Amino acid sequence: MVELTLPKNSKVGKGKHHPAPDGAKKVKTFRVYRYDPETGQNPRWDTYDVAVDQCGPMVLDAIIHIKNTMDPSLTFRRSCREGVCGSCAMNIGGRNTLACTCAWEDVPGQAIQISPLPHQPVIKDLVPDLTQFFAQYAEIEPWLHTDTPEPEKEWKQSIEDRAKLDGLYECILCACCSTSCPSYWWNPEKFMGPAALLHAYRWLIDSRDEATGERLDALEDPFKLYRCHTIMNCAQVCPKGLSPAKAIAEIKKMMAERLL
Amino acid sequence: MASYEFIDHTFDVVVVGAGGSGLRAALGAAQSGLKTACISKVFPTRSHTVAAQGGISASLGNMSEDDWRWHMYDTVKGSDWLGDQDAIEYLVRNAPAAVYELEHWGVPFSRTAEGKIYQRAFGGMTKNYGEGPIQRTCAAADRTGHAMLHTMYGKALSKSCEFFIEYFALDLIMDDEGVCRGVTAWKLDDGTLHRFRAQTVVLATGGYGRAYFSATSAHTCTGDGNAMVLRAGLPLQDMEFVQFHPTGIYGAGCLITEGARGEGGYLTNSEGERFMERYAPTVKDLASRDVVSRAMTMEIRDGRGVGPAKDHIYLHLDHLDPKILHERLPGISETAKIFAGVDVTREPIPVLPTVHYNMGGIPTNFYGEAVTRKGKDPDAVVPGLMAVGEAACVSVHGANRLGSNSLIDLVVFGRAVGMRCADQLKAGATQPEFKDSQTEAPLARFDRFRNASGGTKTAALRLEMQKAMQEDAAVYRTGPTLASGVKRIDAVREKAADIQVSDRGMIWNTDLVETLEFDNLLDQATVTIAGALNREESRGAQAREDFPDRDDAKWMKHTLAWCDRNTGKVKIDYRPVHAYTLTKDIEYIKPKARVY
Repeated sequence: MVELTLPKNSKVGKGKHHPAPDGAKKVKTFRVYRYDPETGQNPRWDTYDVAVDQCGPMVLDAIIHIKNTMDPSLTFRRSCREGVCGSCAMNIGGRNTLACTCAWEDVPGQAIQISPLPHQPVIKDLVPDLTQFFAQYAEIEPWLHTDTPEPEKEWKQSIEDRAKLDGLYECILCACCSTSCPSYWWNPEKFMGPAALLHAYRWLIDSRDEATGERLDALEDPFKLYRCHTIMNCAQVCPKGLSPAKAIAEIKKMMAERLL
Repeated sequence: MASYEFIDHTFDVVVVGAGGSGLRAALGAAQSGLKTACISKVFPTRSHTVAAQGGISASLGNMSEDDWRWHMYDTVKGSDWLGDQDAIEYLVRNAPAAVYELEHWGVPFSRTAEGKIYQRAFGGMTKNYGEGPIQRTCAAADRTGHAMLHTMYGKALSKSCEFFIEYFALDLIMDDEGVCRGVTAWKLDDGTLHRFRAQTVVLATGGYGRAYFSATSAHTCTGDGNAMVLRAGLPLQDMEFVQFHPTGIYGAGCLITEGARGEGGYLTNSEGERFMERYAPTVKDLASRDVVSRAMTMEIRDGRGVGPAKDHIYLHLDHLDPKILHERLPGISETAKIFAGVDVTREPIPVLPTVHYNMGGIPTNFYGEAVTRKGKDPDAVVPGLMAVGEAACVSVHGANRLGSNSLIDLVVFGRAVGMRCADQLKAGATQPEFKDSQTEAPLARFDRFRNASGGTKTAALRLEMQKAMQEDAAVYRTGPTLASGVKRIDAVREKAADIQVSDRGMIWNTDLVETLEFDNLLDQATVTIAGALNREESRGAQAREDFPDRDDAKWMKHTLAWCDRNTGKVKIDYRPVHAYTLTKDIEYIKPKARVY
């Protein structure tokens, strides 16, 4: 039978409210998704009234402030805090992004709502399980494939050929794109998703790589590549300003061209 | 104590850490047929190598004539003669091959018109033994670490190395004879505990920048491996040498690469003066980092800082061609926009010397084997234990590391570790069974923190420690402030008896992770500040105002520091600096005054 409502254990309940400390000058409310697998309880929305005059400008600063001073049990990934490691990807105000480069002042609405990246199993609070996402990245074999014996020094590459990698190699594997893609939500096991395909194109277009045919063969499948319907959410949300959709379109062109 | 059970694993080699050095070591060991595991508390591409920007040094000579001897001279001089010259020779001679190997794996290096790897100028890198700047630092725009780390992880996927991701390493497993037999770890996503048995454990756990309040380092840079070594009753080396990077963004602390100055950027004070011309007449803004950080601090102290509080310095890139900025410095242009609100094509970036790198760490020889002083032998190998990368102190960086020498350190010594494992170990050799007594201490520590029900939050204690280190073990140091720092760190240790952890769970309990990390940081802060107080001279990153000169007669030696965790007492001893080279191809470079 078609299930039209969420399963019982997925319903998000109302959680705790944490008021701002006395004397807080500027207060902003954060509504945060909480889930603890060890309690057996349903997820809930906790609200925190944060004295934002006491923390830095980014959403990550605010949630670290919550963890340090209000609720040490709040769980999220973070590392570099400067937008290069990809750890703190989450859904902020309805949009996937990095908490460390997203200023809380720029998030519209009364309360800032924060939830884990959508459509991934949640391990705890804001920590999703990205096992499948990383397995798909591994599947595109993200290293240089060559048959020609390696030169003693570097492979030569022109400035123009190197420039073709710009807009691709900068990907930080944060998973904002893939987890915002409706096609990926629908067929997560079969469609590679925008991030893995962006990387696939990064190696396809590298003038040093000698496995173009094999790489295209591996993607020649009704689902892996062709489930991209140019919805463009990936390019909309990429915190590094990349366009996986364009890379996917280029792969489709390469597929077509090799038939001619 | 709650009862805990371990899940056991057996490998030939277990590498802890999956940054540049850990991945390179794991790749090498796996490639040689050894059963290899790589365990990491973060997904490999989240490791802090990802944040390295400017590049990786190697005397390829792609831009002009270069020589590994020049690179060696610069590194020795940069180290203020505290580097071991046999290890430095090993580093610089193996550097070109290590860079070509990375290129062959697919690192997207920027290119010259001839299609070769592009190289840029960097601090302290000179031609012909100090004559003037040279372009020696191989770059992938200003995202070199990112490009390297992603490529190396990709390459590792093609090998048989087994990854254990989001496992938090707890402690070394040492037997009664002082042999390292493995490591314990906590798997975050299901809350299980694990024992990894290994013929060799390689610690590639990085630095501990987060012992300070303001650091370019990631939140995860807590030196967990260093602390494991201290807990195992082994010493750390040269911990007083903490590098301040001249250009962290004022306030946020995010890194702006030295490559910005390598591409022509310069620093100014409130009078608009290019003050580095006074401090380093030959190479100016491209002097080594300790020199530039001290010059900036002097300018601010003398009232020539910029901004309303006159407490920082400007870094100018606004005179550079926007095309160059876009092509070679796109990452920092973005970072400056986000974290300082600055358009680098029009305005200067507000910067301040910021904690960046730990020259000190686990003492090793150039094979990567951990060493300690045993009686009269200052180079006694600790069986079963190796270290590499920022966690290690080989020592190639001595008292001050040159920019772009860390990325090359990662891959050259990561490769050396892999080769040493291949050479010394037999795949599948029988290993002794663990005894429960070997894991009692780590379990007790884990359980104590998990159930800690005191009144002081971990974050409050951490902040107090970070402030003490920031204020009392800064760019300039004196006896009285360091002594005050020792007391403040001791006070934090006392208060830590009252620590409070509120999450009791086993799955992704980051309250507990941060508490274990804080405990790790505290031991390292303790030996760092004790070492700084003990070393009565100025050398490289250790600038003592009460002892302004380098004292080779008394202090050309490595500090070894042991920490008694119960009392916070530090025991200090020394190892001689290796005053010899690896081969006869170059003579020992004798100490002289360090002028840039």
